[in-house]
Amino acid sequence: MTQASLGESVVQKTIAQNNGVAASATQTQPLWLLAEVTYRCPLHCAFCYNPTDYDKHTQNELTTEQWIQALRDARKLGAIQLGISGGEPLLRDDIEEIVAEAHKLGYYSNLITSGVGLTEKRIQAFKDGGLDHIQLSMHDITEEINNFITNTKTFELKKKVAAMIKGHGYPMVLNVVIHRYNIGHMKEILEMADALGAEYIELANTQYYGWSLVNRSQLMPTKEQVDEAERITNEFRERSGSKMKIFFVVPDYFSDRPKKCMNGWGEVFMIVTANGDVLPCHSARVLPNMQFPNVKDADLGWSWKDSPAFNKYRGDSWMKEPCRSCSEKENDLGGCRCQSFLLTGDAEVADPVCSKSPHHHLISQAIEDAKNPVIAAQPIVFRNDKNSKKIIAGELQARVDEFHALP
Amino acid sequence: MSADNQIQASDVYSLAHHHRFQWEEAQNSYVILFPEGMVKLHGGAGEILKRLDGKKSVGEIVAELKAAFPDAENIEKDIMGMFELAVSKAWLRKV
Ligand code: SF4
Ligand code: SF4
Repeated sequence: MTQASLGESVVQKTIAQNNGVAASATQTQPLWLLAEVTYRCPLHCAFCYNPTDYDKHTQNELTTEQWIQALRDARKLGAIQLGISGGEPLLRDDIEEIVAEAHKLGYYSNLITSGVGLTEKRIQAFKDGGLDHIQLSMHDITEEINNFITNTKTFELKKKVAAMIKGHGYPMVLNVVIHRYNIGHMKEILEMADALGAEYIELANTQYYGWSLVNRSQLMPTKEQVDEAERITNEFRERSGSKMKIFFVVPDYFSDRPKKCMNGWGEVFMIVTANGDVLPCHSARVLPNMQFPNVKDADLGWSWKDSPAFNKYRGDSWMKEPCRSCSEKENDLGGCRCQSFLLTGDAEVADPVCSKSPHHHLISQAIEDAKNPVIAAQPIVFRNDKNSKKIIAGELQARVDEFHALP
Repeated sequence: MSADNQIQASDVYSLAHHHRFQWEEAQNSYVILFPEGMVKLHGGAGEILKRLDGKKSVGEIVAELKAAFPDAENIEKDIMGMFELAVSKAWLRKV
């Protein structure tokens, strides 16, 4: 029996490169629902991909009832994998209720947390409610660097939380965002994950959206560092056998082809943001002339199937050259619309990461800028309410001037 | 395939930890769910997984399926192939 006759992998976020997706432009289902339940967060990560103007959306969050309704409606559309993220979801006190409802509806649910706010009492309630797994973001192995990059003292707490997760019989799924300040510690990161008993670890090289785009020159490692990190990862993988599954997410800036963003616009992913906006990807609100539906006033089925925003970049008829006639367009669907717009001012051109893109020099320039000691020495803009307010007020204009929308 | 991966008729398997098997109406098929993913099972595979309870041996499942689908040719070979694949993908664990 071949794998094709057995079944197919339909939603695999982290290993998308080698997995076909069953959905097609005409027959899409939002199999993966990401609920960004709040933008409030006790951490201040410099690489956070939340919108820099998130401060606008911290006072108008959906209520518990509205979330539960959204879960029901999405389930009817075929949603099955649920990610509960933020911000820090644990800052809401109704996650227990949301989790229990998700389980009743038949979701396979995943809480994506920094661990801040997780207590014995809460994790027990999640377990009882039927939460399937917890993904813990670890920022770094050394306390110093961790505290530096998140601007808080949380590393000790992470270790405690990891033990709590294991203790409740959850698979230990770790996510570590990789950037200049921790890429030199790959071996230690992997060893720590192993020691914590992690079943899965995702080494996610920073993608440049939101705050990480503002801090791009400060966070981006060199190509040599990325290659070395990958080599160490492969070496570790060979030695450790199949105990821990390691996913190394290659940074797109250092490859010649863009990623197939979200597995295709409006193909399998649906995101509902803290204030109820329904998006095909995290950063879609940067795109101009788009009205995204909101669960407060639009039917979710209409939003997914018929809203102009979701249909805008489905399939490939919107493409311009060189994508339109490109023999590889099925592989990446022209990359990421948000990245194209943020960097070039046109959402419909090839993702500048592609070496065939006439804008590819923008990527090479960004890589050069990150090596420039003067530019790289600019202070990091940490993700916090104060900086978000400043960005909204235009006070940090110099840091966002080169982008065509507020990241 | 090495000897320790070989499926024996006496082996008993169950779904791997943190994996869930369920009928999914929207897919009109059985699926396996696990962290970060879902595998949509084609008919035959669903029939096998459905019978997996951590007690029945591979041989017993083969016998049940033969009885349930008397017209299917070569069914035993297909079932063994499916077990091998599911084990290699770590969807199953030996009990
Ligand atoms: S990346 Fe950091 S700051 Fe952003 S939501 Fe996650 S934990 Fe909070
Ligand atoms: S030209 Fe467009 S479609 Fe072709 S590889 Fe580049 S981004 Fe993809």
